Amino acid sequence: MIIRCRINGQDTQLDVHGDERAVDLLPERLGLTGTKEGCGTGECGACAVLINGRARLSCLMMAAQLDGQDITTIEGLGQPDHPHVLQTAFAEYGAVQCGFCTPGMIIAAADLLDRNPHPDRAAIREGLSGNICRCTGYTRILSAVEMAGATNATDTPPSAEQAVRP
Amino acid sequence: MIVHVPTSLAELWPLLDDPQTRVMAGGTDVLVQRRAALLRGDMATPRAICCVERIADLRGITRTAHEVRIGAASTLTALQESADIAALLPCLHHAIRVLGSPLIRNHATLGGNICTASPAADTIPPLVALSARMELRTRHGQRSVPISEFVRGPGQTDLRQGELLHAVCIPLPDTDCRQYFEKIGRRQALAISVASLAACQYRDAHGQRRIRLALGSVGPTVMRCPEAEALLDAALTQDNLIQGAQLVRHAVRPITDIRATAEYRRHVAGNLLLRLASAWALS
Repeated sequence: MIIRCRINGQDTQLDVHGDERAVDLLPERLGLTGTKEGCGTGECGACAVLINGRARLSCLMMAAQLDGQDITTIEGLGQPDHPHVLQTAFAEYGAVQCGFCTPGMIIAAADLLDRNPHPDRAAIREGLSGNICRCTGYTRILSAVEMAGATNATDTPPSAEQAVRP
Repeated sequence: MIVHVPTSLAELWPLLDDPQTRVMAGGTDVLVQRRAALLRGDMATPRAICCVERIADLRGITRTAHEVRIGAASTLTALQESADIAALLPCLHHAIRVLGSPLIRNHATLGGNICTASPAADTIPPLVALSARMELRTRHGQRSVPISEFVRGPGQTDLRQGELLHAVCIPLPDTDCRQYFEKIGRRQALAISVASLAACQYRDAHGQRRIRLALGSVGPTVMRCPEAEALLDAALTQDNLIQGAQLVRHAVRPITDIRATAEYRRHVAGNLLLRLASAWALS
């Protein structure tokens, strides 16, 4: 079936198969490989994308459900020459090791900051509770999101070295 | 598989005539079950799904003078963000806050959680404690069923072919009546309940304050314990809670599975009752 949607700001028309999930379409067919299937059951968060501004699990959406929707993947959140404040924070605070969880983690964090611009650590834990990381132990991820929230409040982010004391 | 995404009830009704078409809201159960079936080699299931997330009639939270009416396809996030639900139905609100994860709650719906009818469902104990009614519709008419009659067993509801859960209707609780919810799980998020308790006080026809206790994950469906309720109706004291906890432990029918043993569930189901002592500042 033909679907029409907006992906990372670009209007797109696609012929999708009834068995195709959003997590099949975005990385496999459209080359947007930031979105990853970690579990396929909605329990790891690695597949998270923004649909109409809210974080959704692309492994639990059929491609047909994308018709008429506005989709932002990690690639659309920020560009290398103009990164999203979260992408900068994750890079600066050592919140990325293997990187597999990172796109979904940042998408979930972007949704959180959209509704709660300056979350404390407890609110960040809660907001990211659907995203699993097997590498970092989460502390630097929490610090990165905390600092991204603080950056939203001021123009200069606090020093990265100050932030990563657990 | 055919994927239908109707935008109105009028579009939906003909689709429900096909017994091989599964209704899907958030997909957190239907698509997970589909994936498990595909991994088992069962390629044909289901033949078609009908996603109801675009039907506006099925969403929304309305408060009237007598009840709170929740569209069955309202997401759990929408319920969590509702000031009315937080203020009027705190035991349901709490259950939603600890269900799944923020990502799951952006998909999951109240109707889906009810119709999947897992013995470990987190919204069903509060809905039982709140005496919720299910508004079921077909293209020809509607009927209203109390939740305790609608949910019949593990994965079984009274939903008939061609019928849709349209809304959940909850009578407004009396203002001086307290509510409580707690679930036991192996972690603080993405944890299927091992045992849960929803408690809700209410005023009966004679104006006497009484209590409903709804225990989850310790039987094939949510269980009440009339003996413990009667004891607490007589006097809501710590001593009666201790006695009531033992009555609960005798009443529940837990199983042993990968999450917990039956013995643990039985013991902790009683413990949950004891929590009312501090939650409600009882002497």
